[in-house]
Amino acid sequence: MTYRQARWAREGCLEPLVFELSKAGRMGASLPRAPARVKIPEKLTRTSLELPELSEPQVVRHYTRLSQMNYGVDSGFYPLGSCTMKYNPKVCDELVNLDGAAHIHPYQAEETVQGALELMYRLERHLAEIAGVSRVCLHPSAGAHGELLGMLLVRAYHKSTGSKRTEVIVPDSAHGTNFASAAMAGFNVVVVPSNNRGRVDLGALREAVSNRTAALMLTNPNTLGLFEDEILEIAEAIHKVGGLLYYDGANLNGILGKARPGDMGFDIVHFNLHKTFSTPHGGGGPGAGPIGVVRKLEKFLPVPVIEYDRRRKRYYLDYNRPNSIGKIKSFYGNFGVLVKAYAYILLMGAEGLEEVSEAAVLNANYIMRKLLKVEGYELKFDTSGPCKHEVVFSAEPLKKKYGVRAHFVAKRLLDFGMHAPTYYFPPIVPEALMIEPTETETKEELDQFIEALKQIAEEARSDPEKLQAAPTATAIARLDEVKASREPILSWRMYRKLAKK
Amino acid sequence: MKKLGLIVNPIAGMGGRVGLKGTDSPEILAKARELGAEPVAPARAVEALRVLKHHMAKFELLTYPAEMGADEAEAAGLEVRVIGKITSGKTTAEDTKRAAKEMLLEKVDLILFAGGDGTAADTIKAVDALVPILGIPTGVKMHSAVFANTPQAAGEIAARFLREGLPLQQAEVMDIDEEAYRENRLVAKLLGYANVPYEPVMMQATKEGSSGFELADQKAIARGVVELMEKRRIYVLGPGTTTRAVAEELGIYDSTLLGVDLVKDYKLLARDVNERQILKAIRGKPTTIVVSPIGKQGFILGRGNQQLSPEVVRCVGKENVWVLATPHKLSLTPTLKVDTGDSELDREFRGYIRVITGYRQTRMVKVV
Amino acid sequence: MGHPYIPNTREIREEMLREIGVVSIDELFADIPSKVRPKRKLKLPPAMSELEVKRHVQAMLSKNRPFTQMPSFIGGGVWPHNVPAHVRSLAQRAEFLTSYTPYQAEVSQGMLQALFEYQSLICELTGLEVANASMYDWSTALGEAALMCARVTGRRKFIVPELISLERLSVLQNYAAGPGLEVVKVGYDRSTGQLDMGELRKELGEDVAGVYVENPSYLGFLETRVDEISEAARKKGALFVVGVNPISLGLLKAPGDYGADIVVGEGQPLGNPVSFGGPTLGIFACRDDQKLIRQLPGRLVGMTTTLDGKTRGFAMVLQTREQHIRRERATSNICSNEALCAVTAAIYLTSLGPKGLRELAETCAANASYAMKRLNTIGGLKAPIFKAPHFNEFTLRCTKPKLTIEKFNAKLLEQGIQGGKPVRGEFPKLGETALLCTTELHTKGDIDRLAEAAARAVGGKG
Repeated sequence: MTYRQARWAREGCLEPLVFELSKAGRMGASLPRAPARVKIPEKLTRTSLELPELSEPQVVRHYTRLSQMNYGVDSGFYPLGSCTMKYNPKVCDELVNLDGAAHIHPYQAEETVQGALELMYRLERHLAEIAGVSRVCLHPSAGAHGELLGMLLVRAYHKSTGSKRTEVIVPDSAHGTNFASAAMAGFNVVVVPSNNRGRVDLGALREAVSNRTAALMLTNPNTLGLFEDEILEIAEAIHKVGGLLYYDGANLNGILGKARPGDMGFDIVHFNLHKTFSTPHGGGGPGAGPIGVVRKLEKFLPVPVIEYDRRRKRYYLDYNRPNSIGKIKSFYGNFGVLVKAYAYILLMGAEGLEEVSEAAVLNANYIMRKLLKVEGYELKFDTSGPCKHEVVFSAEPLKKKYGVRAHFVAKRLLDFGMHAPTYYFPPIVPEALMIEPTETETKEELDQFIEALKQIAEEARSDPEKLQAAPTATAIARLDEVKASREPILSWRMYRKLAKK
Repeated sequence: MKKLGLIVNPIAGMGGRVGLKGTDSPEILAKARELGAEPVAPARAVEALRVLKHHMAKFELLTYPAEMGADEAEAAGLEVRVIGKITSGKTTAEDTKRAAKEMLLEKVDLILFAGGDGTAADTIKAVDALVPILGIPTGVKMHSAVFANTPQAAGEIAARFLREGLPLQQAEVMDIDEEAYRENRLVAKLLGYANVPYEPVMMQATKEGSSGFELADQKAIARGVVELMEKRRIYVLGPGTTTRAVAEELGIYDSTLLGVDLVKDYKLLARDVNERQILKAIRGKPTTIVVSPIGKQGFILGRGNQQLSPEVVRCVGKENVWVLATPHKLSLTPTLKVDTGDSELDREFRGYIRVITGYRQTRMVKVV
Repeated sequence: MGHPYIPNTREIREEMLREIGVVSIDELFADIPSKVRPKRKLKLPPAMSELEVKRHVQAMLSKNRPFTQMPSFIGGGVWPHNVPAHVRSLAQRAEFLTSYTPYQAEVSQGMLQALFEYQSLICELTGLEVANASMYDWSTALGEAALMCARVTGRRKFIVPELISLERLSVLQNYAAGPGLEVVKVGYDRSTGQLDMGELRKELGEDVAGVYVENPSYLGFLETRVDEISEAARKKGALFVVGVNPISLGLLKAPGDYGADIVVGEGQPLGNPVSFGGPTLGIFACRDDQKLIRQLPGRLVGMTTTLDGKTRGFAMVLQTREQHIRRERATSNICSNEALCAVTAAIYLTSLGPKGLRELAETCAANASYAMKRLNTIGGLKAPIFKAPHFNEFTLRCTKPKLTIEKFNAKLLEQGIQGGKPVRGEFPKLGETALLCTTELHTKGDIDRLAEAAARAVGGKG
């Protein structure tokens, strides 16, 4: 298969900016006329506003062209490790546009939003069942936001027991946000190394725990795509000193129906609905990062909590929770995203979700075994057992032999009409290529991906210049990202100011 | 146009394969040649230059004649301006120093040298930290932190430095007593610091933590350490830039880089102290030792900080030894070592130790 | 039958297992210790077909009463507006919708340019030079602003007005808790609702990192002395942070023009449906000052060129800044944000243009002004309770004895009207008061109906 991304270009640039397309007097929306003029104190009155002026067809063409110069899951294979870029069923998107979803206000009288509350209540119950926890808070807007909530709950819990806990333990293979989230909640971070099997070094962990330990943040399967098979020992080590276990949900897609974080001993379980539950990522959000908890932490959850009054047969928002930490976001969460995730769970059912994990894990193992036979890529840790939903290869042989680094491999892949894997992560793997195929890819696609990587390894030997020049099939060639950061131009205003100079 | 100076120490690395540890003295060099040692530096320099050429179209290359650079440049297909004079086949440390000095006067942007610790030491003796340097690893002893991991990497980093201007990082230059080394004793001296182009791993976006700029990391560590400091306690600051960052965070700007200083109540108590002075100051007083691993081998005690003798360490207690290291440094030395000369004390340190790696961040690291 | 979203059928999976020498799928899960393997299947409803799911969700959501079916006067943080059809359809284009964060710039120019345009448009609106690619919502943007002020100034105290939304305050306090910032409330002038300048000056010492006001305020009135507040903050070395409803900026002076260092706000009204309060869009902008930019949280898209310098392009920039921020006590962890809502906002603002936005703002404000006038003539009601100019939201107090604001609202609902948001819980001192909002969605007829229903509710005449 060959690939060429759409490229709308003019002299020196691609599609112009909306500001460059503007002509005074054009208008791209029809609005009701203001019924009257209003009086605003003069010192607060706006005198100039330099927004672009375009007609509706121009706006439509402009953004259609931009979209054509963007690559999504709907365009092709997106093996971006740790991001679970699976196909997003269209029906889920459609439901969000319903009047009863798009046009309800969070402060409306409860009796006028019973359907919305019911949907959230049910989604919460389903997520609790999937993770093996007792309650779930749907408020967080993204993965990192959920992590922050998790850490605030840890803080609240220890405060309530009167114990001063200052440390959160994080493995060296963890997502970078784990470190930041713990720090944001005021904790010191203690990093424990991985062992040579790519799992948490239990010896180091046992040395690290103490009565200062507030929690351990762990993702399982971990970022190497490997299951932490000593999870019960890990949990025991943390619980023994009175710490809590926090589950990072980025990798839940590998164990749906096969193992539940709650059963492994986790006290706080985080979900990424925009990963595991197939809500589209939108180029960087909106997502949703719900947090589930075991019973003893329920009382700390943010307000409001949705409850059901059996007598009156009514759902209601419970704000009367004296131990609640308060709020971490206005209102009740990214409802539009929640609707999609709820619909997805119904589409799949229990067996479907289990099949998701089976197919995702098989796809990852298929790539692992096949790619191991390709010269240029190797595994740095345990190669004997299976991986879960993703596999982390190292392109170090290519670097050592031909000086070709992982990001060249990644950039060249774009020319094959495939998105790049995550690279240089996790940091414990040199020249890492983190590949997560997901369950929604065909065997044919996986074969093509492996062929592409094989061809790239061959090019590293025979035609390294081609790799240096890649990608060439994309709308634009490689960008000068160093310059972009050294002399940042962050807006049209800054650009004009610089142009004047 | 950017200017690059190239110095090849043609005899560097010759001792290694024949089991001699370094070629710092003429006698040893003769012995190495007798044992059939072949030069290794030239070939490795050529490898680095080829990669450099590949990544970088235009720059001016300055070098010394024949095997000190001109030959290698030619082999890599690079145009070169040759300066200076040497006696081919009989180059010495003096030639390296002279070459470095002349390149300083020529205002080169970077000196790329092929050699080991000795060559690095000679170079900074000549130019101090006035010119950034970068080592193509070819020597037997490479304890200094100025070397790229491979010749190819050296070529790539040099190209990126000239083309895009990577930030500079201070890196230790170590001097190992070769005589002692041959007798299986490591007597390491921290000789000074060079400016080295720092290549942050090109991480995808910032989903990931870790890695960043060395100086910022050191400053972050320093802030964390200062927050932990208590009044009326003595802090023994070992040598190195990381511990110096702690002193600077306290507002102490005249701490020693290569020696040991004492700090109390956020003030400098004594500067560049020896073992005896340390013992006198700390006996019977609450004390914490603050050290950073030295060089690429990751020694936290016993290398470059021998003032912190077994007696000093025992007096303070293992639990009061704070180890500081940036994530970058730890990536070079994944395990740490102690060699205090007191094997029982060394044994106490084995196992896991907490290393302060950032602002309110520590890491469990194995001491072997 | 094959699964619609799992293309490798059982047969294909068998074949793949054979190819890699694995006996069964179970073998691939053998590394999960038996002790943590579930003893039973997940208790979830059985899988449904697309049609069944559609019917099920439709039925559930039809129990809601959307504001398209009844006049609703509720705002308070998200506001109902008309979303032009093309805005929705463009933003929902699959290439935008199904992409990840644009790490691979070469294949993501569309998203990157759209986000650059969003940043640029927010800058034009706010009168500042730098805006990030979005935050989760207004409240978290405020939390991040407080942390940023602490990083920039090295100080720990953050001043907010007493009349702030409880939701925003609570989020702010949770963001402030970790790094130990102190959130201090400054009272208001009893007659205008505006910040009490005397009290502000008393609290505003050299330990203050930032001073925050909202314009328009949470309760709808304008903060007319922003010049003085800005000046007072600057004198003490504190940053001046302003919170906005961006629609108001069609009429109101840009905060950058009265000295704001940082502007935060809720971008939902810029083309995003209310959607029960989420997804929302946190606006975050600041001045072009290295000291500020270095500490700015979140993603930034910048303009650059290809390596050969010949073609303009866009990329995520200053990513080491995020690493630096993570070395601070007052840190930030944001990664994924609300990018698609930001793209929507860009399309919306481009479509309205300067005249459209002005007309829209004017309509919202004029409707509020008309509604206040109508309601104020009703005995037992007072609107607004503060003597100050208002934008599109205002307070309504029920002064009739024994008629709580909730009861009043219930009586409106009986007549098919959703009243305002009761704020007595947030500000007991304000009594039986609600916060109402009007936008271009409200016709004169809707407002007249509100007034008539309100009159009936208080038992008076309209």
